[in-house]
Amino acid sequence: MSGEREIVLRIEDLKKAYGDNVVIDGLNLEVRAGEVIVVIGPSGCGKSTLLRCINALEDIQGGRILLEGQEVDGKSKNIAQIRQKLGMVFQSYDLFPHKTIIDNVTLSPIKVQKRPKDEAVAEAEALLDRVGLLDKRDDYPRQLSGGQKQRVAIARALAMKPEIMLLDEITAALDPEMVHEVLDVILDLAREGKTMIIVTHEMSFARAVADRVIFLEGGHIVEEGIPEQFFDHPKTERAREFLHTFEFAAVRSHTE
Amino acid sequence: MDFAAMADYLPLFEQAMWLTLRIGWVGILGSLAIGLVVAVITHFKIPVLYQVARVYIELFRNTPLLIQLFFMYFALPRVGVPITAEACGMLGLALLGGAYMAETFRSGLEAVDPIQTESALSLGMTPAQVMRYITLPQAVSLSIQSFVANIIFLLKETSVFSAISLMDLMFVAKDLIGLYYKTTECLVMLVVFYLIIILPVSILGSVAERKLRYGAFGS
Repeated sequence: MSGEREIVLRIEDLKKAYGDNVVIDGLNLEVRAGEVIVVIGPSGCGKSTLLRCINALEDIQGGRILLEGQEVDGKSKNIAQIRQKLGMVFQSYDLFPHKTIIDNVTLSPIKVQKRPKDEAVAEAEALLDRVGLLDKRDDYPRQLSGGQKQRVAIARALAMKPEIMLLDEITAALDPEMVHEVLDVILDLAREGKTMIIVTHEMSFARAVADRVIFLEGGHIVEEGIPEQFFDHPKTERAREFLHTFEFAAVRSHTE
Repeated sequence: MDFAAMADYLPLFEQAMWLTLRIGWVGILGSLAIGLVVAVITHFKIPVLYQVARVYIELFRNTPLLIQLFFMYFALPRVGVPITAEACGMLGLALLGGAYMAETFRSGLEAVDPIQTESALSLGMTPAQVMRYITLPQAVSLSIQSFVANIIFLLKETSVFSAISLMDLMFVAKDLIGLYYKTTECLVMLVVFYLIIILPVSILGSVAERKLRYGAFGS
């Protein structure tokens, strides 16, 4: 299905280094409209850095990133406008603690996109309803659980009507029983055809949600493919080893 | 205690209190404005202005208000800048307070989690919008205690204004003591009037602290 769709994001020969430490080394990636890409790999492989580069939260040392043909450049004047098209959700609960839930969601639509307040509020309420948190609209973030906060963060990103959602290990800091409620929201978005780039360690979720899995190591794409192929018949030794560590972890957690 | 004399002095003290309040109010507002600008300069380390801001902060935090006032009151007219005693008091308070407020704002800004800035940026906000809607409100609520402490400190500092012939509470008390030797009465009134000025600030401060804390903390 993704074959005919237009390319929304194109990453060409991306290089990112912190001093001498090269984190991403010549990475190429094309993302088509409606595609869900899951990025996996060992820690320190550059997964999160990749998402942060796409959003220009990191400066890059080479290559370029094009969103709908426009270059994403942290130093350019229109970077704030480009970022509106990229809905980022972080690992840590990053809601604004001084704002109520509804204000968290409506702040940027009202202040940045200058949308009418009643329209923004109505949309925010619909989004909160969708993530099952409309009853929390007037609470403060501190009154919510981690999973609830993360669902609000997703609603907040969606309120800007982004072209692409960038999800950076959004369940990594959650208690296990809260992981599902967050991932269900994402599965729902995927069904709806939202374009997403997802960094995750939840392998069963990755398998369920991905159109394409990208295995990253040492700043390169080591292997990529559809989830069935990648998870059941990985081509590279490195991917096999990596997937094996998860199975091992699974066996241990059964015996505990 | 000569209560009749105290009753006689009351209008004088009252008048002096309004002077102290007037200068204090303007000085504190000025100090908040200066503090905010200087803090943003030091926070973003804006070249040249940053060095100027650091010199300003160190100069005013490390010299007594009395000296600063003398300098402004006596030296400025000599170099052709006429200044009234009252304006001098306001300016002195604003500049002294500005240096303290700047440090309070700055430490508040630094205490805000950087991820807050990143998530606001990723929602398409410009750096100025991030500062206005996200960083600054949190910085203020994080450091509300220090702000209240600074305000109280500045109100107390007004007691040196008598040195540049401003008829503030201290001036009136010293004057009356000199004239009538009702030392105890005058000092008691002095204490009471300072309490009338400062106690409400303390109380409002702790209320504000509780309210802001409720909204902003424990995320």
